[in-house]
Amino acid sequence: MATKQAVSMQLNGKVVDVVVEPRELLIHTLRERLGTTGPHIGCETSHCGACTVDLDGMSVKSCTVLTVQCQNSEVLTIEGFEQGGVLHALQECFSEQHGLQCGYCTPGMITRAYRLLKEIPNPTEEEIRYWMAGNLCRCTGYQNIVKAVQFAAKKLATKAA
Amino acid sequence: MAASPDALERQDKLQGLGVSRLRKEDARFIRGRGTYVDDIKLPGMLFGSIVRSPYAHARIKSIDKTRALAVPGVVAVLTADDLKPVKLHWMPTLGGDVQAVLADKKVCFQLQEVAMVIASDRYSAADGAELVEVEYEELPAIVDPHQSMAKDAPIIREDIADKDNVGHGKRTHPNHIFTWEAGDKPAVDAVFDKADVVIREEILNPRVHPCPLETCGCVASFDKPTGQLTVYLTSQAPHLVRTVVAMLSGIPESKIRLIGGDIGGGFGNKVPVYPGYVVAIVASIVTGVPIKWIESRIDNISTTGFARDYHGVGELAADKDGRVKALRFTALADHGAFNSHVSATKLPAGLFSICTGSYAIPKAYCRVDAVYTNKAPGGVAYRCSLRVTEAVYLIERMMDVLAQKLGLDKAEIRRRNFVKAEQFPYTTAFGWTLDSGNYHTALDKVLKAVDYDGLRREQAEKRARGELMGIGISTFTEIVGAGPTKVCDILGIGLFDSCDIRVNPTGSAIARLGTMSQGQGHATTYAQIIATELGLPSEEIQIEEGDTDKAPYGAGTWGSRSTPVAGAAAAMAARKIRAKAQKIAAHLLEVGEGDLEWEIDRFKVKGHPSQSKTMKELAMAAHTSNLPAGMEKGLDASEYYDPPNMTFPFGAYVCVVDIDRFTGEPKVRRFYALDDCGTRINPMIIEGQIHGGLTEAFAVAFGQQIPFDEHGNHLGNSLMDYFLPTAVETPHWETDHTVTPSPHHPIGAKGVAESPHVGGIPCFSNAVIDAFAHLGVTHMDMPHTAYRVWQQCKALGVDKR
Repeated sequence: MATKQAVSMQLNGKVVDVVVEPRELLIHTLRERLGTTGPHIGCETSHCGACTVDLDGMSVKSCTVLTVQCQNSEVLTIEGFEQGGVLHALQECFSEQHGLQCGYCTPGMITRAYRLLKEIPNPTEEEIRYWMAGNLCRCTGYQNIVKAVQFAAKKLATKAA
Repeated sequence: MAASPDALERQDKLQGLGVSRLRKEDARFIRGRGTYVDDIKLPGMLFGSIVRSPYAHARIKSIDKTRALAVPGVVAVLTADDLKPVKLHWMPTLGGDVQAVLADKKVCFQLQEVAMVIASDRYSAADGAELVEVEYEELPAIVDPHQSMAKDAPIIREDIADKDNVGHGKRTHPNHIFTWEAGDKPAVDAVFDKADVVIREEILNPRVHPCPLETCGCVASFDKPTGQLTVYLTSQAPHLVRTVVAMLSGIPESKIRLIGGDIGGGFGNKVPVYPGYVVAIVASIVTGVPIKWIESRIDNISTTGFARDYHGVGELAADKDGRVKALRFTALADHGAFNSHVSATKLPAGLFSICTGSYAIPKAYCRVDAVYTNKAPGGVAYRCSLRVTEAVYLIERMMDVLAQKLGLDKAEIRRRNFVKAEQFPYTTAFGWTLDSGNYHTALDKVLKAVDYDGLRREQAEKRARGELMGIGISTFTEIVGAGPTKVCDILGIGLFDSCDIRVNPTGSAIARLGTMSQGQGHATTYAQIIATELGLPSEEIQIEEGDTDKAPYGAGTWGSRSTPVAGAAAAMAARKIRAKAQKIAAHLLEVGEGDLEWEIDRFKVKGHPSQSKTMKELAMAAHTSNLPAGMEKGLDASEYYDPPNMTFPFGAYVCVVDIDRFTGEPKVRRFYALDDCGTRINPMIIEGQIHGGLTEAFAVAFGQQIPFDEHGNHLGNSLMDYFLPTAVETPHWETDHTVTPSPHHPIGAKGVAESPHVGGIPCFSNAVIDAFAHLGVTHMDMPHTAYRVWQQCKALGVDKR
């Protein structure tokens, strides 16, 4: 076994310190050491997106990131979306538009949609479908997920105005 | 009676039947607070990693654990020899066969379970699994089921070679599992001999996998001092699994607790009992600490719960006007190396005999031959009630083939053969009694909505220009809600389902059911059923399922059976409560029970509407001393509901597909789905289920297949190769409905989630094949990938510029 390494990062706004093997994947550190079980594991090939988190302003699949790569990084997971008891617009809209069923893809979907709306605040349906294509859902057929993102975009625009 | 504004307001407050109530489940899921099995973390928990066979068929010469045991963190390596002393190296399947928990002397499919490495964490367990050294002697493998029963075929299952029966009648070859038939063969043959028109087509339902986003897994925790076994498990049927575990382990069923938790999608993948569960349970019993086993995605696609692999032959006999006189369908079923698919004991080919579909076909015969191959076991899964998809695919394809043979329109051939609205309840040639339907109305509504005549005109114009456009129609009838215990049991346990309701003094309630939600929204919809029956707001009705210590026994959620069976149980239990409440109301209002009438949330004295008792008041009263003489306290009831019949939802779908004749790429331009599932409990949830089912149908029709080479090696078992549609490929779905209630279901509801998958697949295929129909093509097997469609274009010479 290689020597363990200390890693310090910001997780949902709080500094966390872990000591991990160099081979440990970020998803395992998040889920098994840090208690953030929102991001899920659906494959081991970076296809499904259930493990999507926001890392330094980018969507990443945390099953394909080594924890040791995250020294001093800022990580946002689904657990960081609700602020002071107020849900994020995406969380509200996924529920209101029935954009989830079994809930397994939902944390990754919402986290990915968050990054989309940061980059393109008012996306077209085509843009939403393209941006969300790295996140698989087996239940919804995506139609209500697209709607949820559209409604959230409107809600966020209204709030910002 | 015109409802008063007050009554309407009270009705609205209930948020009961028919309302698109938002889901109660969402609050935890949108916050990332679901509790799926891999989220469970118990003190001292160890991880299990399975060592799997690289060969499809091989003898195990030796297993050396030494190097694995030397890995830091590895605690134990279990093999069949370790399970033998406790007689757990084999287990019964839900299909009447046995299956090796860990390979006993030989392996029969690639990636079969050979050993489990138990370690302190998943990394050490994986390290250990790499270092278990297994020596194999490779044997010839059977991959093609057509070769299974050849004279000199290698024997796959030596353990049962001398058995002439594995639960479903006489076997005629060591690789034969069963032959099942239904209908009147001599009568059918006679019609075929004299028919004006006879058609025949070979139609494959390829091997696919439901691939829920969460793989299978469990955490088994055996507490030595108390002898209590708790298992957190991805199971659609936790009560059945508990019974199997009790039978296997000898632990009293009362000391076994199965907890379903949240399930990340099931689609039939999570009904059976898998070796990984059993080894984890044994490992926990042996080590005395909790053991977690989580399947990888590749293992999921490769080894647990595949679907289909039905090699069908369809034949229809008809008169010259296209009226079908007889049907003869057969299928060769590849069940893999163990007959572990879920089936009702008396129905080894499941509900395949629903294959007469929506049509009044006077004579019918079907037969299924099931065989072993060196592939993973399974067969019944994927949004499908036991072989319904295969049956509906055959009949819906064959109706198109017949239309083409006679030069008839594909909508018209269906109209001519539909069971008519006035013929319901209609008993098919196979003996199923279709409970209700209105097929002509549904089809006409859809054809009008899509301007079918306009589409056909457009198609004719395009054909004249050499372009390829297809219009697919599917007018399917489903059979869901297994099922009447006279017909349906698994391991002798009837497929009833259950509901237990307890009303609290302040008028809120908790209901527990024998089913298990995997995204269907049971916590939302069951509460709506009970709200309407009891006149209590759904918001105050808590639903629980999946914990076998709390919920009453039931067969779980699969085959769209929750609403038809457990939903009925919920309504019936609620009615028992309302009947008791009526007695209390009569007592309190000092009138006869017959003097009372029910209105939304209260009993009123007929003619004196101001004299009434609300259900909330009666809930409190039930807990006081002021009750009719001899009446028990409390306001609780249970119902174990044995449905009198299955339910038969139906639909009419139209798909329009454009095909690029130079690349073969098919593009779904439009998909219009009308579903009739009887009484609609929550339209929002129904629509969501239909979107999901259509997307899974799209996946099957256009891309899914588990391919093997001739040695039984998997050629596509990761998400790199196995097609799961993304948001980009997935078409936009248009939905519609009619409402034809089930006459035998307490609230008139039928199942729905399966319909879009079962009805959608033939609709897509019919559309693709229709694009080539004018060129004489009558059938193309799925999946309709661009490459395969291009091959068709090339063969026909339509790809030339």
